[in-house]
Amino acid sequence: MHIPDGFIGPGVSAAAGITALGGFGLALRRARDYLTDRLVPMAALVAAFVFAAQMINFPVLPGVSGHLLGGVLAAVLVGPWAGYIVISLVLLVQSLYADGGLTALGLNIVNMALIGAVGGYLIYRALFRLGGSQPSTVPLFAGLAAFLSVPLAAMGFVVEFALGGTVASVSIGSVFWAMLGTHVLIGIGEGLITFLVVGAVMRSRPDLVYGSPTFGGMRTEELVA
Amino acid sequence: MRKGLALFGIGLLISLLIATVISQFASSQPDGLNYVAEQQGFGNAAEDHALDASPLAGYGGDSPARKAAAGAVGVLATLGLGYLVFYLVKSDKSTAEE
Repeated sequence: MHIPDGFIGPGVSAAAGITALGGFGLALRRARDYLTDRLVPMAALVAAFVFAAQMINFPVLPGVSGHLLGGVLAAVLVGPWAGYIVISLVLLVQSLYADGGLTALGLNIVNMALIGAVGGYLIYRALFRLGGSQPSTVPLFAGLAAFLSVPLAAMGFVVEFALGGTVASVSIGSVFWAMLGTHVLIGIGEGLITFLVVGAVMRSRPDLVYGSPTFGGMRTEELVA
Repeated sequence: MRKGLALFGIGLLISLLIATVISQFASSQPDGLNYVAEQQGFGNAAEDHALDASPLAGYGGDSPARKAAAGAVGVLATLGLGYLVFYLVKSDKSTAEE
């Protein structure tokens, strides 16, 4: 999912860079509204875990692999805006590993932090409310939202490629279907990992899960409709 | 607070284990985007990364020891960077809470 340098032209890459930076500023302000002492080590740990988990590519088809994006995982554990910061920091460190282009950092933040974490959290919250807002359903709806967030983030790439793709001869329609198909499969892995990890934290420390009614800290928005 | 420390310690240990040991067994096939790029004919548009010569590039490459080291460095770097950023972000008013 990490876009290298060269796939998307400088105009769209720069626009995404400005969007990502503006989003980061907004995320710092919004996260400040609820981020308390107890969430600091948790948020840092989630960043470290997402970095580690993203090293694990799992096969989805012969010749195709995928890995966790972690946006919904981070957002459900530490909130959508701290989640945006978590994913952005992971992407920043990864770009020093030559994983994801330096000029594509904004594009990758838009797809995986803005769409993946913040967008994914909105899906999670909507599903969770529809399901009756029961703490026992947190891992299930986190997993479902995580599953959906992967093809959604892939669509972010398709839009960026349609606007600024550097290879004009490519059919946007076939890129759309190919990205959708592979990322629905990768989303299954995303959903499973998110379900298991959120479930494990819910069992041990339900008071540390932002996206659960059991959360012991401040929350700036309502989970119960 | 001891319970919080336990979760933190276990989480960090699991992250290090994933990045150093389990990462050795990760699939080396192209990921979804790279696969689509090759299949749809724009894979060659990828440019060399400015940091390709760095020892961390490609998570240390094929050497298991270098990969484990690159993974451990990455986990500790994101942990430290995250701790710093979130420590600076947190609202001061909450310090009296616990």
